[in-house]
Amino acid sequence: MTDQILVRIGDGERISMSAKEVKEDILAGTQDAADRGQIPELTSEELDTLFEIFADPNRTVSVVPGNEVITTDDGASGIMCVDRPDGGTGLPMGYFNAVLAYERVCCADTAGIGHYDYSCKPVKSIINYEKQRVYAYNQALTIPVIYGTQPNLGLYYQPDGPFPNAAELIPQGKIEEAKKAQEDAAQALTEDLVFIAKELNEVGCDGFNFDTAGSAGDADLYATLKAIEKIKEIAPDMGIEIGMASEFVLGMHGSIEYNGKRLAGMYPHEQVKVCEEAGADIFGCAVNVNASESTPWNLARAVTFVKATTAVANIPVHPNVGMGVCGVPMVEMPPIDSVTRAAKSLVEIGKADGL
Amino acid sequence: MSVAHIMSAGMCGMRTAGDLVAWMQLKRGMKINDAKKYVAGKLGISMMDLSNEDVMARVREKLDIGTVCAEPDGAKGIVAKSRIARILGIEINSVNKFNAKLNAPFK
Repeated sequence: MTDQILVRIGDGERISMSAKEVKEDILAGTQDAADRGQIPELTSEELDTLFEIFADPNRTVSVVPGNEVITTDDGASGIMCVDRPDGGTGLPMGYFNAVLAYERVCCADTAGIGHYDYSCKPVKSIINYEKQRVYAYNQALTIPVIYGTQPNLGLYYQPDGPFPNAAELIPQGKIEEAKKAQEDAAQALTEDLVFIAKELNEVGCDGFNFDTAGSAGDADLYATLKAIEKIKEIAPDMGIEIGMASEFVLGMHGSIEYNGKRLAGMYPHEQVKVCEEAGADIFGCAVNVNASESTPWNLARAVTFVKATTAVANIPVHPNVGMGVCGVPMVEMPPIDSVTRAAKSLVEIGKADGL
Repeated sequence: MSVAHIMSAGMCGMRTAGDLVAWMQLKRGMKINDAKKYVAGKLGISMMDLSNEDVMARVREKLDIGTVCAEPDGAKGIVAKSRIARILGIEINSVNKFNAKLNAPFK
């Protein structure tokens, strides 16, 4: 019997490692997460379980019956009709049919929809079209329909937006100007997010997903949290999910606080608490993938962060498991062996409430 | 990739009770075990059977709350959701909007 185990590199390449090497990488992965996040490492029992998941000779793995969780997504049904830059198949079918197929053929628990561009800013100018879509989809679908959009503060800076570009000001040493630009842009972003959610609520939107929050740093996350607060006042029956952009909130501003807590530098187990305070109903953590390390290293790292997050969360945690996040290789077509190992490990060891 | 996640760890939506459990996460922010316990209680089945197609197909058909295998006169979409809201005892935005239109007085 061979000692070799087939695994992947974080870029998707298939390699074989000895059992000893897999165990060493799993240990190094959990230690890296524990060191960066100041959180507990996985226990020896959990490390053994994770090793067994990798050592399983079957191509795909799954949770044991009874451990199934809920899936939410960022417009995954759109993959049927969008094209390659979004990982899409470009089938000659409309979005409406794709969402219905996602419900009744793919059997998802919820269906995420959104504007093709997906950023919040372009949605504002076509909000009536989006209202029509949400209304129509809600008539036809039985599972919860969740409207997703990326806050994307970057689009509010020049040349795309009205505010001075913080990424250009900072290298010039204009720190205060950069901070002011981010604060002003964040206020505009909050107003736009609230506008969109309020409009969609008028047609009976059941869920709103702030996807890839914090992609432009701490001001981006701040704007999102403030928007959630206001939306929960205006539309208390609309469920809110927030999915993060990365494991670590970038301190592009550096000083922004939410309810007295500095956002820059927060890891998932800290991010979830401010999201709860804002009023979010579901939290999606994102743990980065190192494309040069193995999947045992990357997944051990992701599971360590997710376990620490679910341990303190009072709301359901749905780790983001797209390309290059939470142990899924950073590649256009993530290998199914790695995808299913990530799903099983995050649920059964990380205690995720969904994916 | 989404399908791989669904098959590996998802409840599988309308094949089982996935959408019902999802509603409780979305509407009440319930963690997975609390949401499953709540739905199982409302349906009068075990938590284990929530993701058992054999049981849930019959439960869904009996309650007329939508099935993946299409019945010509079976509830789907907003009608199925209206019935799910009543069973779970929750307010669903889209259902409330639909009912408001349906029951609005003629001017």
